[in-house]
Amino acid sequence: MIDATGMPQSAVLLGGTSEIGLEVLGALASRRLERVVLAGRDPAALGPAGERLERAGVREIHLVSCDVGRSDDLERLLGEAETALGSVDLLVVATGLLGTAELDRLTPAVVQEMFAANASGPAAATAGFAQRMASQGYGRIVVLSSVAGLRVRRANFVYGAGKAALDGFALGLADALAGTGVGVTIVRPGFVRTRMTAGMKPAPLSSEPADVARAVLGALEADRGVVYVPPALGPAFLLLRLLPRSVFRRLPG
Amino acid sequence: MSASGRRLLAGWGGRPASSAEVVCPATTGEAAAVVARAADEQGPVLARGLGRSYGDAASSAGGTVLDLTGLDQVLGFDESSGLLRAEAGISVEGLLRFSVPRGFFVPVTPGTRQVTLGGAIAADVHGKNHHLDGSLGAWVRSIRLATPAGERLLAPAGEGAGFWATVGGMGLTGVVLDATLELVPIETSYMLVDTERGADLDECMSLMSERDEEYRYSVAWIDCLKGGSGLGRGVLTRANHAGLADLRAAAPRRAGAPLSFSPRQVARVPVTPPFRLPSALAVTAFNEVWFRKAPRRRTGELQSLGAYFHPLDGVGSWNRLYGPAGFTQYQFVVPFGAEAVVREVVEALGARGVPSLLAVLKRFGAADPAPLSFPAPGWTLALDLPLSVPGLGELLDGFDELVASHGGRVYFAKDGRLRPELVSEMYPRLEDWRRACDDLDPARVFQSDLSRRLHLRKA
Repeated sequence: MIDATGMPQSAVLLGGTSEIGLEVLGALASRRLERVVLAGRDPAALGPAGERLERAGVREIHLVSCDVGRSDDLERLLGEAETALGSVDLLVVATGLLGTAELDRLTPAVVQEMFAANASGPAAATAGFAQRMASQGYGRIVVLSSVAGLRVRRANFVYGAGKAALDGFALGLADALAGTGVGVTIVRPGFVRTRMTAGMKPAPLSSEPADVARAVLGALEADRGVVYVPPALGPAFLLLRLLPRSVFRRLPG
Repeated sequence: MSASGRRLLAGWGGRPASSAEVVCPATTGEAAAVVARAADEQGPVLARGLGRSYGDAASSAGGTVLDLTGLDQVLGFDESSGLLRAEAGISVEGLLRFSVPRGFFVPVTPGTRQVTLGGAIAADVHGKNHHLDGSLGAWVRSIRLATPAGERLLAPAGEGAGFWATVGGMGLTGVVLDATLELVPIETSYMLVDTERGADLDECMSLMSERDEEYRYSVAWIDCLKGGSGLGRGVLTRANHAGLADLRAAAPRRAGAPLSFSPRQVARVPVTPPFRLPSALAVTAFNEVWFRKAPRRRTGELQSLGAYFHPLDGVGSWNRLYGPAGFTQYQFVVPFGAEAVVREVVEALGARGVPSLLAVLKRFGAADPAPLSFPAPGWTLALDLPLSVPGLGELLDGFDELVASHGGRVYFAKDGRLRPELVSEMYPRLEDWRRACDDLDPARVFQSDLSRRLHLRKA
């Protein structure tokens, strides 16, 4: 169940090896989190992720190999999560693939894979869990979006377009879920220093996975629907979205 | 029976919320029929009254919730014994409207009249008279309970395990259909109230300890934002029922209708504002005014029942003032001798600047035999706290540890966030309760969001 301060007891992490996702679950383990399903594409990498949560104090950890791009995998995940956890209090959607934005590498297969990881896969999974949560009468979905989706930039436009789709989907889903007891929290970080961004020059207002985890906990406590990490990115992107395209595309980074 | 379908339900604090199938039985027979079918239904079953428990005690996500507020009839009353039998959905206000003009008072009333008889039994509510009269369970003579296996008539006499598991059992043993309650005789509908100010927490506690037995009703309001030497300053209001002679002496004009009772709601908060109103600044100002307006000492003031017992009922839906993030009430009891815990909690709240508008301190008397009943001899402090305060959960977790390590406990009817591991420490007779509960409902059909969150029905 989810308590009055927004803290869940069971969770599914989609993108089971995501550094941000694991950081969020680790922080929740210090509060009320008891049972977790980690779902990811690479079974070998899920093991260490599970051990990390065990050390953080999670009592029960189930590993489910799942490719979000495949709907039969998603159906199986929905079933296994229900068997393992009973009811799913929290879904954390943390799949993501930065991929490439270089024109000559953007084959149809690459674009398809990136949209599957950033948009269509997580959206499909989220819809499946949302249905079940609505029928169980409560639940919380945390979608890790990105400011990259707020105004898509040339430097990472395929990734950004995927996040834009997921962000819009999550906003609409939140409205569709009104009155069901299921809430959606959309998290929009800027540059987060993780494996995905290793070797890249940090953009202004960058953050660590722990900052994102803190922000997510704060959003759950306050029952907020949208949260920026750091918060200053909210007003910053309000302005950036108003810039004429001719100016926006000349911005560095 | 009118079925209103799927509805989002929350407690008085607004969070957590969950949706369930709500059915509204029009007769106790219909309610019993829903329970009889419950074993075949998908999902848990739970009775709900007026929704004044603060957290998730009266919600059951994805299950069937019986809204019993339609079952509000008085079924019988014997003036010679004071025994009243009423349906579970009648409110304390409904009971008072029936009984006060007849010269009887409800033996235990919580801070609001807007609770149902069934809910009051399930929470084994206490009032300002606990130090002398105990909690409601001590006044209940029988309970008619609907279980999946049929109806049971429960009484405290004999073994009484089912009765005492139902008293304080948070609705998890079955659905209370009706109950018989012993009322107490009164001569007037007025109270004689003595008011005193305590300059700090120590003085409040020693004033209460010294002369509490002279008053049937006793309570103190504590200022949790005042630091320094005034830490825990408060206003004590203690009272006895006014006799006819008292009323004639104090207000001869009212003595013509000594048992009139017509409580009114003077205002109502119409909508939830998009933000919360009680800011630390506002609460500080409110506390200052409240403390200053109280006389240093005043005795024998005549007050109506409503003004003394249920001042907040004058404003409808006041819980909306806390905004969309809602609020919680943290209420704990610690044994006599553990006064330092109360002090530490008040200090911590003041140091953090957490605005608690209504902090209520009271001394409890003897406990009743119910394993999950909250009151136990000692000090209880109840604090309304906005959930929008960052880090509130961790702060309260710290309080829980402190309370539990001193042999205290928190109150399920107020709770929305206790750590499940602490339940068996706070309620050492949990296993006795589980056995009695399983005897009445072996399939564990009755579940609430509270019972699932705290794993009450299974280890």
